[in-house]
Amino acid sequence: MNLIVFALLALLAITAVAIAQLRELWAVIMFTGIYSFLSASWMIILDAPDVAFTEAAVGAGISTVLMLSTMALTGKAEDIPRKSSVVPLFVVIVTGATLVYGTLDMPHFGSPDAPVQVYPDPSFVERSEADMHGLPNVVTALLASYRGYDTLGETTVVLTAGIAVLLILRKNEDEQDDTAPLARNKSS
Amino acid sequence: MTGFPIIRIITKLLIPYILLFAFYVQFHGDYGPGGGFQAGVIFASGLILYGLVFGLHAIKKVAPPIVIEKCMALGVLIYAGTGVLTMALGGKFLDYSVLEHDVLPHWHVPSGQHLGIFLVELGVGITVTAVMTMIFYAFAGRKQV
Amino acid sequence: MTLESVAGLYNYWVVIFLMMTGFYIVLARKNLIKSVIGLNIFQTSVFLLYITMGKVEGGTAPIVPPAIAAAQAHAAHGSDAGHAATPHVEGAHEVAHAALQHGGELASTTTEIIYSNPLPSVLMLTAIVVGIATTALALALVVRIREDYGTVDEERILELDRGE
Repeated sequence: MNLIVFALLALLAITAVAIAQLRELWAVIMFTGIYSFLSASWMIILDAPDVAFTEAAVGAGISTVLMLSTMALTGKAEDIPRKSSVVPLFVVIVTGATLVYGTLDMPHFGSPDAPVQVYPDPSFVERSEADMHGLPNVVTALLASYRGYDTLGETTVVLTAGIAVLLILRKNEDEQDDTAPLARNKSS
Repeated sequence: MTGFPIIRIITKLLIPYILLFAFYVQFHGDYGPGGGFQAGVIFASGLILYGLVFGLHAIKKVAPPIVIEKCMALGVLIYAGTGVLTMALGGKFLDYSVLEHDVLPHWHVPSGQHLGIFLVELGVGITVTAVMTMIFYAFAGRKQV
Repeated sequence: MTLESVAGLYNYWVVIFLMMTGFYIVLARKNLIKSVIGLNIFQTSVFLLYITMGKVEGGTAPIVPPAIAAAQAHAAHGSDAGHAATPHVEGAHEVAHAALQHGGELASTTTEIIYSNPLPSVLMLTAIVVGIATTALALALVVRIREDYGTVDEERILELDRGE
């Protein structure tokens, strides 16, 4: 098991570095898909099948398609690195070192008495057993019932982002051309 | 697009299973891993795959933009409508326990929390499917300038 | 720095490495699409950070085996005062009792099941879908910038802005 985890993590790191180093956008987008798949595999090992599911479908599927279609619209412009990459590297190393220093106080991986595991005291798994009348998937129960307001908000954000994309990108369609002069006449 | 017979045939074989799997994930989400967000994304990727292989024209016949556009809002409406319904039945907003009923108990008609989760997930699924498909239309319909 | 703390913390370090790679891409690359990809990598590493925190040693995915869940549901129904008014309450009690025994047997055969924390999963689940929607928005803006400026290179865009 550990061997699989280490191999996965090494592959994740290598893929991320490859994405940073490659200049051809086509290859970068393909590597982004691979990166998503690898992180989905790791999420499966970390007991989050629901998230892994979504990450595989979103990251490797839809996100890749969107990036490729953006590339088709903007041309395969070569990605030229900045003249000096020393300053960004310095900033990144300093920030990373600070974050690693911060982890030294963190509860160890998988420890059952970490604050995350302890805080809601009858945990949601225990609470859902009585509340949900036998719905096995606690993630779904938590998503739709305990955190129902939150999910309503998230759904609205998705809707809003979709509307914004449509407002930005959709102009030269047939139906739009018919209604545009009409609206102009009304306003004048 | 008339070439690539292998891609076309494999796509035609795969799409029913992708859509069926999306429905499974949607409606079985309370029992196994899954739910509205995942199902919406999987369903949309089935549609997008069809669009990629057979062209924007073909996919717009299957899922007309005018319908998908309405579905974007319909999903959120179902979600919020469930909340309003629970309020009308005397509970709090999105408090599904007032949805408890006794209709056909042996047919396993969802009730109470289960019914609420079912409706809400349905709304999420519809919105996510519609938004992802609409975003694909917006990008694919754009011409390079 | 003991070996134990390395074994307990290496996940976080890998996540930080991925995060910083994404950050580096955003800082060091001029191409706008590449910047969006860098932000995506950063975002995915945040998902991984949360999911890593939710894992419990020896735990399993937070999905209660259906038999046990059904048994608990019956037990809850049986003790519910609201359902006691129904005429076939005796039958319900028997069913509940049988189911409880059944569930008890299952539980005793599988010993105590430890579940990983479902809360980070829920938070990240919605964040992924919102993330793709906002990524799409960013890419749409990139497309519009390319149409107006004729380039997706940050420095060129700034030059064009200054030159006019």
